[in-house]
Amino acid sequence: MSNKDAYWNKTKNHMIVTLALWAFFSLVIFMFGSELNTMSFLGYPLAYYMTAQGSLLAFVIILFWTANKQEKIDEEHGFSEREDD
Amino acid sequence: MFKGDFIKNLPKIYGTYTGGFIVFIILMAIAEQAGVSAKNIGVMFVAFTVLIYALIGYLSRTIQVDAYYVAGRQVPTVFNGMATAADWMSGASFVALAGGVYFGGYTYMAFLVGWTGGYVLVATLMAPYLRKFGCYTVPDFIGTRYGGNLVRACAVFVLFIASFTYVTAQINATGTIASRALGIPFEAGVWVGLISILICSMLGGMRAVTWTQVAQYIVLIIAYLIPVFWISSNVGGGIFPHLMLGDEVARLGELEQQFGLVKNSAADMKAAGVPGGLKYISGTHSGVPEGGMAVWKYLSLAICMMVGTASLPHILMRYFTTPSVRAARKSVAWSLFFIFLLYSSAPMLATLSKLALMDPNLPTGIIGKSISEVQSIEWVQRWSEVKQVFIADFNGDGILQLNEWFMRGDVVVLATPEVAGLPFVISGLVFAGGMAAAMSTADGLVLAISNALSHDIYYKIIDPKADTAKRLLVARVLLVIIGAAGAYIASFRLTSILGSVAWAFDFAMSGLFFPLVLGVWWKRATRAGAIAGIVSGIASGTLYLLWVFPKFSVPIFGGVNTPFLGIDHLRFGLIGAPICLVVMVVVSLMTKEPSPAVQKMVDDTRIPTGKAILGKQH
Repeated sequence: MSNKDAYWNKTKNHMIVTLALWAFFSLVIFMFGSELNTMSFLGYPLAYYMTAQGSLLAFVIILFWTANKQEKIDEEHGFSEREDD
Repeated sequence: MFKGDFIKNLPKIYGTYTGGFIVFIILMAIAEQAGVSAKNIGVMFVAFTVLIYALIGYLSRTIQVDAYYVAGRQVPTVFNGMATAADWMSGASFVALAGGVYFGGYTYMAFLVGWTGGYVLVATLMAPYLRKFGCYTVPDFIGTRYGGNLVRACAVFVLFIASFTYVTAQINATGTIASRALGIPFEAGVWVGLISILICSMLGGMRAVTWTQVAQYIVLIIAYLIPVFWISSNVGGGIFPHLMLGDEVARLGELEQQFGLVKNSAADMKAAGVPGGLKYISGTHSGVPEGGMAVWKYLSLAICMMVGTASLPHILMRYFTTPSVRAARKSVAWSLFFIFLLYSSAPMLATLSKLALMDPNLPTGIIGKSISEVQSIEWVQRWSEVKQVFIADFNGDGILQLNEWFMRGDVVVLATPEVAGLPFVISGLVFAGGMAAAMSTADGLVLAISNALSHDIYYKIIDPKADTAKRLLVARVLLVIIGAAGAYIASFRLTSILGSVAWAFDFAMSGLFFPLVLGVWWKRATRAGAIAGIVSGIASGTLYLLWVFPKFSVPIFGGVNTPFLGIDHLRFGLIGAPICLVVMVVVSLMTKEPSPAVQKMVDDTRIPTGKAILGKQH
């Protein structure tokens, strides 16, 4: 397998992991909204908290994490860009 | 000023700008104390900020193609994040989002998840690859990847429908805010708004829009956050509302029990003469509605908004402006961070505003008080005069019940500062913020449409030999025409007929999502597949919209149709996008696989390093 194919396989797997996390925070937890709402976080009902703030924050964290991880994959395979800031 | 070290000086330039804006707010506060009227303060806020944007627009003028279309591809990560956040957060986000949460509670907040979660799709599936490709517009990618004028024209068509649906609503919002702040009629406000928008974008294209959007983001986020924190400490919500409103949310649940959540019949509301567009609280604030259908309604709306986000050209094109692929990825993360600052505050503002009106223990509470007493409150009188709030005593007991208080959603953002006893300088600031939000989105949309028409239709299809001067002239003329057409339609207030902003997401998702994703992720996708997918997706989505939306279905199909599986007019992308996918895959597999040259192009797109597919000037 060429370096390009290996790189693309890793990128694909990384994409799948990222989208699984995304689906968990955007869809899966809200399938159980009424169950979650019986629990509480910071004094908020949990499902309310997640839709008002928690999932949004999770997306921000996922995005920074996924960009850093992808940069590592770039470096491993020698496809890292140097000159940008 | 805009040569060489301009990019390095950006933090200093925008730092000074932010400091200057804060000094301006303080000056206005002093002016208020000195007796300058509330109206004049509003005028000065809007006029001052719009003049600054116009100045930035003028300084960013350009005669270069890549500066005009992609800001010279040198916008640093964090600044592009701010510009995208301003591009994204519309006048509707700014003035109506908190109101939506106020009335819709948990159910409405599917929009919050949808409008943020979509960025994960943008970052993983689209932005880095489109940046590597080196295109000027979204149809430019589709036209080059699949090859041919027909597929390019199809993509422009979808872009036009989606963005134009969106832009009339934005120009409408600009007009509303301009008319209220400047005290001029709505129709005049629309044209004032349009001129401000064009000054910011015409001379410098994407470069000018980028730098004004950064300035607009700074104004809009200051204007949103200061009132939220201030109101919170004024009504006893604590100094950091995002972490401290647990008790208030629980208290709202108790008050809902106490007052009762009653649904008014349409006949009662009509008989009482409730003005159109005003709403009352009938759902719970934090409670989750029971049942599978309620869950599906929540999820389906979130899916449509997320997938739509990842297909909207005016957002995707912001990531064409970064210096590298890596910067494009990081920039998506920064965009969402800046959006998060506002979106996570909207539910807190809704909670505070609701509590201020509902809690009888607070001096601001009105529910449960006698109607004559409430009608004598100054802000109630002022907003009643302009038909933004309304009281209907259905049971005739002279006491204001929860279901008897009607209000327009915008009032939550625009009036809560004065309800909570903040000085008028804050209301003036909120006007400036709303104007910034509406203008920045309208700028991005008008530019997305006119760039697609000038680059993809005029230059790539009609006159490929046109020189730079002619291309940029055409781009600017189209910009004015598109803006004027949007303003003309907005001035008729047809937006209630044109429907919801959500439609733009559904249109984009129906026709663009899968052609973009598969263009990168599936080498086997062919030109015929893409054309068939775009056409069938947008056609089936649009037909379904006509069938399901009563205002269209009654004249066309002669009756009101029950939505299929709960897929109503806000969610019609769930019909269009799957059809687009299936048709595109089937037709691609039936046609000959793309040539080795095209396959190599896809391979190169997937790798961050190396030359862009399309050159610097194309």
